[in-house]
Amino acid sequence: MSGQGSGGPATPWDEGGPERLYTVSRGRAGRHDRTSVELVTLIVARTEPEPGMQPEIAAVLRMCQFPLSVAEISAYLVLPVSTVSVILAGLLKERRVEARAPVPAAVLPDTELLQAVMHGLQNL
Amino acid sequence: MDYRISDDDGGTSGVGGVGGITGPRREDVLPASAAAAVKVVIVGGFGVGKTTMVGSVSEIRPLTTEETMTQAGVGVDDLAGVERKTETTVAMDFGRISLNERLVLYLFGTPGQERFWFLWNGLFEGALGAVVLLDTRRLEVSFDVVGRLEERGVPFVVAVNAFPGAPAYPLQELRAALDLPDAVPLIDCDARDRGSSRDTLITLVSYLQALTMTPETS
Ligand SMILES: Nc1nc2c(ncn2[C@@H]2O[C@H](COP(=O)(O)OP(=O)(O)OP(=O)(O)O)[C@@H](O)[C@H]2O)c(=O)[nH]1
Ligand SMILES: [Mg+2]
Repeated sequence: MSGQGSGGPATPWDEGGPERLYTVSRGRAGRHDRTSVELVTLIVARTEPEPGMQPEIAAVLRMCQFPLSVAEISAYLVLPVSTVSVILAGLLKERRVEARAPVPAAVLPDTELLQAVMHGLQNL
Repeated sequence: MDYRISDDDGGTSGVGGVGGITGPRREDVLPASAAAAVKVVIVGGFGVGKTTMVGSVSEIRPLTTEETMTQAGVGVDDLAGVERKTETTVAMDFGRISLNERLVLYLFGTPGQERFWFLWNGLFEGALGAVVLLDTRRLEVSFDVVGRLEERGVPFVVAVNAFPGAPAYPLQELRAALDLPDAVPLIDCDARDRGSSRDTLITLVSYLQALTMTPETS
């Protein structure tokens, strides 16, 4: 299949303001408490590691200078997802990291999201 | 700053590589603009090509994540059928595709014959959909997977991996054997081939798009 993606219509997922994204990920993720994460939640560090921190915590802060999924953090720490989630809950509570909630697929994912996924794949 | 970003290829001292803990290699780092992620699950029996498919389309080398699950239940190995708790660690490979500057797709390869996968609620929850990799040498495994996905309401497509020496059924026959509704795409693929794996994902997304246009499909 050839990439017709670059010429396709822009969707809120391709471009557009962050407000829209915020609404989408926040609105539907609202049923979770703010410290809960899932496999593909993206984590971004807000602070740098400090001396005396637990090695795993310091490592999370270091590796999350740029967004990184919970699954990737689990892979690099070689720890189960549930353990990583506990570590992250603590860091979120202390506001040392920020969580970017996954786009919820709900019952049926929205058409703009699917359009963006399609463009991305066609450009591969 | 006391952190390092490594250029080395071994992945032994990437971002956060201190005290034996590694982080992503420099080329595996997402842009700061990455705002949200979606996921697709690739399900299939032992050795059917899940890791191969993840690896052929992923922009990072496949990584492994694991989860520990405790289940209260009857011990299957236990002749007396005593109620007890079983703790199992399940591991799965996954890969990543940056769809654009803001949106990231994760692909998780999970063994279908493992009943614990379906207890890992977070795995299928929120997934866009699934690709069932079909092993024509062990159809019964896929039969089970298809049933479980239908139960959970996870939309899926079925991709037949062409293994040499595997029985080559006509797709119509496979569809009948799996009792697949006509609407569910059933395609051939070669998981080793990047283009073929990508096209399989495109088939899934087209199917999802079709589903959003005909709401009463379940
Ligand atoms: N001919 C052919 N061989 C394949 C294909 N996909 C994978 N293989 C081969 O099949 C073997 C198993 O592939 P894997 O990707 O490890 O399968 P898997 O499903 O991840 O296996 P487990 O994780 O062990 O369940 C490898 O030697 C692959 O090279 C395919 O589409 N065609
Ligand atoms: Mg594998």
